[in-house]
Amino acid sequence: MSADLPGHSRIVLSVNGTEHPLDVVDNRSTLLDVLRERLDLTGTKKGCDHGQCGACTVLADGRRINACLTLAVAVQGRQITTVEGLAASSGLSQLQRAFLEYDAYQCGYCTPGQLCSATGMLAEAAAGWPSAVTAGDAAAELDTAEIRERMSGNLCRCGAYVNIVTAIEAVARPR
Amino acid sequence: MKPFGYQRPVTAEEAVSLGARPGARYLGGGTNLVDLMKLGVEAPELLVDVTGLALGNITDTPDGVLVGATVRNSDLAADPRIRRGYPVLSQALLAGASGQLRNMATVAGNLLQRTRCLYFQDVSKACNKRLPGSGCPARVGIHRDLAILGASAHCLATHPSDMCVALTALDAVVEVAGQHGVRQIAITDLFPLPADDPARETVLGPGSLITGVKLPVLPMAVNSRYRKARDRASYAFATGSVAAALHVADGVVADVRIALGAVAPVPWRARRAEQALVGQPAVARSFLGAADAELAVADVLPQNGYKVPLLRNLITAVLTELAEATRR
Repeated sequence: MSADLPGHSRIVLSVNGTEHPLDVVDNRSTLLDVLRERLDLTGTKKGCDHGQCGACTVLADGRRINACLTLAVAVQGRQITTVEGLAASSGLSQLQRAFLEYDAYQCGYCTPGQLCSATGMLAEAAAGWPSAVTAGDAAAELDTAEIRERMSGNLCRCGAYVNIVTAIEAVARPR
Repeated sequence: MKPFGYQRPVTAEEAVSLGARPGARYLGGGTNLVDLMKLGVEAPELLVDVTGLALGNITDTPDGVLVGATVRNSDLAADPRIRRGYPVLSQALLAGASGQLRNMATVAGNLLQRTRCLYFQDVSKACNKRLPGSGCPARVGIHRDLAILGASAHCLATHPSDMCVALTALDAVVEVAGQHGVRQIAITDLFPLPADDPARETVLGPGSLITGVKLPVLPMAVNSRYRKARDRASYAFATGSVAAALHVADGVVADVRIALGAVAPVPWRARRAEQALVGQPAVARSFLGAADAELAVADVLPQNGYKVPLLRNLITAVLTELAEATRR
């Protein structure tokens, strides 16, 4: 990790199962900027760039994080998954199919972040994690109130929330 | 953003040595520090990433639960021991930020996060905390979110944390490693009031590294809760919050812990309210009286006076709920 150039580092980023050696990375670079500008993975979006909108959400070792407040040098050794990595070779993920089926977007700019966030959120709920609206210390059933609270870190300026919640609910609680 | 070096030590000794260098800052989740670097408020020369240290565990000890400094906020909130034994702490953590930010933020980083006062975060404005002696425009400017307790003529910024309000009610102890060994600091001693030096936010010296937080054994904490008022239902800083634990015996308050958030430059331990309550009947009338005892010293400005009735109602509601829970 030591770099020849002051303020720079040599790193290897693991993204969607591929190792990307980067010989010179400015320590100031966020994971978001490296994904978009260096690796051409432009699915991850820049909205506020201050951790307030969730458009940049990616998964690190399966956990959702804001890529805009994450320094690229600080995620070496972690497995990053972006929206480009959600689909398997066999096709779109269940959540991606549900977003299509329930029309869970309008302009689509927040969608990659919504998809990564919802993917991480479903894993958190499956692990028994509570939310601010979970009563007592029981495991929570993902109803509308739970999904809305757990997805509050992802803003949608088109206001497609109703269908986003419906799509996530269809995956969380299949009828 | 100014260029900076980056180091990721694996031992606390190494971290302390690096952290003592001029211009060094410890990096945890980065949720506040990286943002402040983008805003130009922070301009470190060296980031010392502490997430590689072996400080990521939650451990049962004979005198309480030891939470490592780099435990993520989400892991702490979900821990069954915390949910059962210290529900106020789990609730406070879950009331803060978003799922993404809680997955990033560490316990020590949460303790050391900076105020969200608009003037502090805007480098084009004067601020005694950011630039000592430059003045505080908030008193005659925008102060709706700012302090009603413990402020000074030089600063009325509020401490933004939810977690720290719960830790303050629980009498948590902060464990700190430094160049001169290890010490333990009661959380109520960690944050000094601003007085005439608002730039001094903690008693920690250069290189001091928070290694963990000890939650003392506190059986009454089983009956504890956190309640937060804010401008929207989720993902917003508090306009006021209350962390409390209550022990009732024969209908009388035997012991009580109360801390307030978003009303003071520090997580505010409401000792006046606690003293007013012990020995009183555990009913709403007593709780209202205790809230009034605490808030009698509030110093309000034109925009933040709403916090007095808000906190009065929050304190009374939380204690009433806790009293009802002991009757079930």
